Amino acid sequence: MSTPILLQVESLSRSFGKFQALSDVSLEIPRGRLCALIGPNGAGKTTFYNVVSGRYRPTRGRVFFEGRDITGVPPHKLVKLGLLRSFQITNIFPALTVLENVLAPLAVMHGMSFAFWRSLSSQQKLVEEALTILERLGLAGQSHREVSTLAYGDKRLIEIAIVLACRPRLVLLDEPTAGMNPEETERMIRLIHELAAHSEITFFVTEHDMKVVFSVAQTIFVLNQGRLLAQGTPEEIRANPAVRQAYLGGSLDAERA
Amino acid sequence: MRIRRAGSLWIVASTAFLAAAPFFLSTYWILILTEILTMSLFAMSFNLLFGYTGLLSFGQAGIFGAGGYLAVLSLLHGPSSLWGAFAAALAGSALISLVIGWFCVRRDEIYFAILTLGFGMMLFTVAHNWRSLTGGSDGLGGFTLPPLDLFVWRGSLADPRHFYFLVLAVALIGAILLYRMVNSPFGLMLRSIRENTQRLSFVGADVRAVRLCAFVVAGTLAGIAGVLFAFFNRIASPEMLHWAFSGKAVLMTILGGSGVLLGPAVGAAIFFVLEHVITAYTTNWMVFLGAILIVLVLAFPRGVLGSLLDLVQRYRGRPRS
Amino acid sequence: MEAFFANLLNGLSWGMLLFLISMGLTTVFGVMGVLNFAHGSLFMLGAYLCLQFVRWTGSFWIGLILGPPLVAALSVLIERFLLRPLYGRDVSLQLLLTFGLMLFLDDGVRLIWGAAYHVVNPPEVLSGSVALFSRSYPLYRLFLVILGPIVGIGLWAFFTYTLWGKLLRAAATDRQMAEIVGVRVPVLFTAVFAFGAWLAAVGGALAAPHQSVGPAMGERIIIESFIVVVIGGMGSFPGAFVGALVLGLLHSFGTTFFPQLQMALPYILLAVILLIRPRGLFGAES
Repeated sequence: MSTPILLQVESLSRSFGKFQALSDVSLEIPRGRLCALIGPNGAGKTTFYNVVSGRYRPTRGRVFFEGRDITGVPPHKLVKLGLLRSFQITNIFPALTVLENVLAPLAVMHGMSFAFWRSLSSQQKLVEEALTILERLGLAGQSHREVSTLAYGDKRLIEIAIVLACRPRLVLLDEPTAGMNPEETERMIRLIHELAAHSEITFFVTEHDMKVVFSVAQTIFVLNQGRLLAQGTPEEIRANPAVRQAYLGGSLDAERA
Repeated sequence: MRIRRAGSLWIVASTAFLAAAPFFLSTYWILILTEILTMSLFAMSFNLLFGYTGLLSFGQAGIFGAGGYLAVLSLLHGPSSLWGAFAAALAGSALISLVIGWFCVRRDEIYFAILTLGFGMMLFTVAHNWRSLTGGSDGLGGFTLPPLDLFVWRGSLADPRHFYFLVLAVALIGAILLYRMVNSPFGLMLRSIRENTQRLSFVGADVRAVRLCAFVVAGTLAGIAGVLFAFFNRIASPEMLHWAFSGKAVLMTILGGSGVLLGPAVGAAIFFVLEHVITAYTTNWMVFLGAILIVLVLAFPRGVLGSLLDLVQRYRGRPRS
Repeated sequence: MEAFFANLLNGLSWGMLLFLISMGLTTVFGVMGVLNFAHGSLFMLGAYLCLQFVRWTGSFWIGLILGPPLVAALSVLIERFLLRPLYGRDVSLQLLLTFGLMLFLDDGVRLIWGAAYHVVNPPEVLSGSVALFSRSYPLYRLFLVILGPIVGIGLWAFFTYTLWGKLLRAAATDRQMAEIVGVRVPVLFTAVFAFGAWLAAVGGALAAPHQSVGPAMGERIIIESFIVVVIGGMGSFPGAFVGALVLGLLHSFGTTFFPQLQMALPYILLAVILLIRPRGLFGAES
């Protein structure tokens, strides 16, 4: 069952009218390898995510997940296959409790969406699974709080919790630390490391924050003007002159300094 | 835990009161209680859609009235059986809500409200214009209520107290069904849809099917409430299907508390009491009701019961569970 | 031919009134995202105020000119004190609030003017009939039919060529952007809401000599204008125009040819259009 290549993208292109948002991007994500996608604004990162996660259809090219052609498969079907994305904007269930936010996707996963006579709180397996996830994220103590009352960083963790509840094998994390303060960012980085090391989940991250990318990723892909500019280890990327050029020669150095 | 115990105490006490009411209340008040219970069931069905699923329906009365008409038609043209009439209304309103729901649940918010309003009014025009079948604007009456046959006991429903018990039993069954439903995984799906439809569909849920289920359940309960209403008034009339009647369910739910299971029941009770008090002074009591609705929406969107529950919770300083 | 022309004229005149009120409804929705349940009540208020001015002064024109600004002033208060707290909250709450407002206004009108129906005579110049195709038609209906497109073109020109119109469209498309470029959106919202109310009240005043003035007139027209804006496409002006015409004609021809179905026709149309084009005839695909 373990193909070494989890996600394979073959010459993916997507245009909007005359604008070529992605052109001929090919890349491979090996199972268990923490990868990141970076690029200047407008490089096509979000488009890439939207195409891979089934939100847009590509103009050309194919996407394979565990060897299976998933080009154009809609998001809710990808969930069942094990490919999920998290959202840049916090996308959770505000007036529900922390526990319920995790129980909802779990109930879907367990095929219990239409179970209308059983009591939810008596579903031991479901509740335990939910609490395990929450413990992992350090949220178990707040399981009965309404999520709308949580701090911003915690809300972002709920987003991750919902994703984890779907038992994914590949997670596309869209800017997981966007809008976070340094402490929250630190916590998120630790969490991603931890999850990547101790679970079956492979993460594929896009980030603005270069510090996060370079401290998290094992492989980095660089997009520029819709094309794949470079790929390699963080060291290789740092040393790559084309990448420096793309980032207007400044920002990468600035990050390092 | 303590809250829950206090809550169940209240529920047991009020159920006991309702069960014992015929033995100490005058017929006049029994009739009013019967109406309140009927409208409670109707408004609770609306609350399943609006309060729990976030779907504001302005066509609930269409299905409510259809249930009433179907029961009366079954008595007029079919066997003179109470359960037969209920069965016809149940099947009919389930089918009608399945068809209407199939169209409506694809849309959100305003579109859903307008679409349900449109379909409800379509049913209204059927009741209003198909004179040969429905009696047109005069309504459809002239039937005799068959006796209540419980196999071990038979009683005439002409006795308001017997009729009251029938209504109480049906309303309780409806409330229990809804209680189980909103506390089930399915109920969580409904609330998740209310909170964030898109997110739920992104974790793989079939949002449309879940909504359709809720719509059919709500429609069927509304249809049953319509049967009780038509039997109580001895007539099924087109007004039952008009959107203004849907507005009553909306008002009662907002009054009592949307998203609170018994909110609509409390709302129905308040509605009738207010109607009583205000119409003693003026026939234009909708002026007051409109003003009350405005104040509630602005200041107490969780209604009377919802706000009370919130208050109790804050007083006890416990998080919501 | 004569029957056809009579139907056409009736349909067009009703359609023009529908158009006036739908314009306001769709503008308010397009800019503010609020679907105003009480819009029909504002229409009715316009008719009653016109009636009142006719009683006081005997002149329809005074009612037409002085009534609508009063309704607009009332709606400024409504927008500032009732609607404003609900912006950014659940859309359903706004719908419920305006629903309460509708109940309040409709029964308030009964409280003030009673439940009876009243007649407002058309002004001297527009009373009487004209002969067309060897039959006579009320002049006032012709007046409405001619006025409708003029108002429509006027509004279209306003939105296309004037600064205010452009600001409105900008705010409707992208509120944040409009704020960034310096539009004071709260003021704009108040203005739009008042403008919509003014249009509705003008429609009401114009309707007063066309139909009898009674407390149910708001309820009837709000449902039809909901259907107009939904089938035309929410927030679309051409949509409101076409939708109003279609509904007006459906009304008059339906009465003649399918008297049994006539009441149901608008709802059937609504369902069919939304099935084929979920965003309405002129709605932007999102």
